[in-house]
Amino acid sequence: MVLRIAVCVKQVPDPETPASAFKVDETVNRVVPAAGIPPVVNGFDLHAVEAALRIKDAGEAEVVILAVGNDFVMDVMKKPLSMGADALVLAEDPALEDLDAVSTVNVLAAMIEKSGPFDLILAGRQASDWDQAHVPLGLAERLGLPSVTLARNVEPQDGKVRIERALTDGYQVVEAPTPAVITVSNELGEARYPTLRGIMGASRKQPERLTLDDLGLTADQLKPALELQRLFIPESESQVEIIDGEDEADAGRKLALRLRELNLI
Amino acid sequence: MSGILVIGEIENGSISAASGELLAAASKLAGEGVSGGISLAVMGDDLSGVTAAQAPGAERVILMSDPALKDGGTGGYDAPVLALAALNESTSPDVILFAKTDFGAVVGPRLAFKLGVPVAQDCMDVALDSGSSRVAITRPVFGGNAMAVYGFTGDGTQIATIRPGVFDAIEGEGSGAIKEFDVSGAVAAVRSVLVETVVQESEGVRLEDADVIISGGRGLGGPEPFEQLQELADILGGAVGASRAACDAGWVDHSYQIGLTGKSVKPTVYLSIGISGASQHMAGLSGARNIVAINKDGDANIFKSARFGVIGDWEKVLPAFTATIRDLAG
Repeated sequence: MVLRIAVCVKQVPDPETPASAFKVDETVNRVVPAAGIPPVVNGFDLHAVEAALRIKDAGEAEVVILAVGNDFVMDVMKKPLSMGADALVLAEDPALEDLDAVSTVNVLAAMIEKSGPFDLILAGRQASDWDQAHVPLGLAERLGLPSVTLARNVEPQDGKVRIERALTDGYQVVEAPTPAVITVSNELGEARYPTLRGIMGASRKQPERLTLDDLGLTADQLKPALELQRLFIPESESQVEIIDGEDEADAGRKLALRLRELNLI
Repeated sequence: MSGILVIGEIENGSISAASGELLAAASKLAGEGVSGGISLAVMGDDLSGVTAAQAPGAERVILMSDPALKDGGTGGYDAPVLALAALNESTSPDVILFAKTDFGAVVGPRLAFKLGVPVAQDCMDVALDSGSSRVAITRPVFGGNAMAVYGFTGDGTQIATIRPGVFDAIEGEGSGAIKEFDVSGAVAAVRSVLVETVVQESEGVRLEDADVIISGGRGLGGPEPFEQLQELADILGGAVGASRAACDAGWVDHSYQIGLTGKSVKPTVYLSIGISGASQHMAGLSGARNIVAINKDGDANIFKSARFGVIGDWEKVLPAFTATIRDLAG
């Protein structure tokens, strides 16, 4: 039996963008895209793609990538395909830019209804732009499915899935009936690099594109429940006291003495 | 609909000290005009060790006891979500506050989506907007590069998870009324099953409790230098931490990870060694009082937040630092 796995991914500004190039337009509460730095697929989402591909490596599976947004960069969004995923489905519309979690959940749920049924729905633990970490949880509630977060291992077994869930001090083993929604964390291990053959294959594949109309949604249904009132870069004035010495070892010694002088250690 | 419901957590049979931080956030909102009083709810299989004294500032302490709620829910958090949905229906709070812990970061959003109301994750401040009479929250976004202020719209329950270590816990003893709330019917629909929990006990001081933390990053270049960090931590009675880069590289276990997706810490001294200070890492240091940085790159971001710094090669700086500390301690 072929397992059908959906992986939800998001296009985000490159989180490795140097802080000096990170700009916000406070008049419209938006991040200004850094010139010359292309967006990326959210890092944790690539771990989710990796989890799906490991399942495919071990048995028969079809891996379908789902994304919601606007202004997709196709070279970027095809990365999961070049890693080995089978299909890419994009909901792309100006109304789908910077949706809040409730609306994102509604769009993804509609996509899953259209492209499904799926045995597993995977996603990264959080996106590196808004860092909310709750779209997959909302999706599970919306679809009436169980959810398990922070997977470091995902193992489907006859009608259920066994997940090792990373904790800050260890891990839990959780079993859930399928279909289930699972978020994947970096503890899973590195996502594979695309092979040349994978890249060639991906270049021949075209994404399936869905409009709001196809999904039976209207822009009116996508109004935010949490209203962004202000977006700003916090002021941070450096007040560092740099400890110098005759050489680096001397600086280390003086640092220790200075901290002791202030009773900090 | 009124009042603030704080979701406390149980640690060693009692209400956790961190829950006091939530009570502080709730008291702030109450002081600004959210009426209806503050209730604290806790869940577990055995709550016999819970007293009202452990919840300063709470007018009511609501106990939800059920075998399914053992250790935060034996069903991968299904049970707490179901129990809280029942409590919400019965008490209709205006605001529900969770700590952004392993537990709260999942149960908060799941409850919100179950109730069909919005949730704000990882808040560093909460305030009552006097104009709208709704709660406004401040939270870091883009890995801490920016801050965002959001306002709740509509009139539904307002759910937020609060970053640990940001609010100072309320001191003193509480004197609220203890109330039992029966959830046995509600938690029957649990689907996912917790098979086992494997706790990797850290030796010595827990990072979250440590007053001194010696932390290493990508600049250390491998696993071996962490032994030197441990040696220094042992002298100072502190704990060793790491950046995500060092954990992902496999140099130390992920339980050492400090930052947005790791632990939030609040030491008096945070000595960072070979850590550039990406905002994702700094997000775990909101509660750190004195950041001390050793890094060979003087332009590293860490120096922007540090109080003291040495620009230099840690392999030369650290041994001299440790030797001096040992002499001072001797």
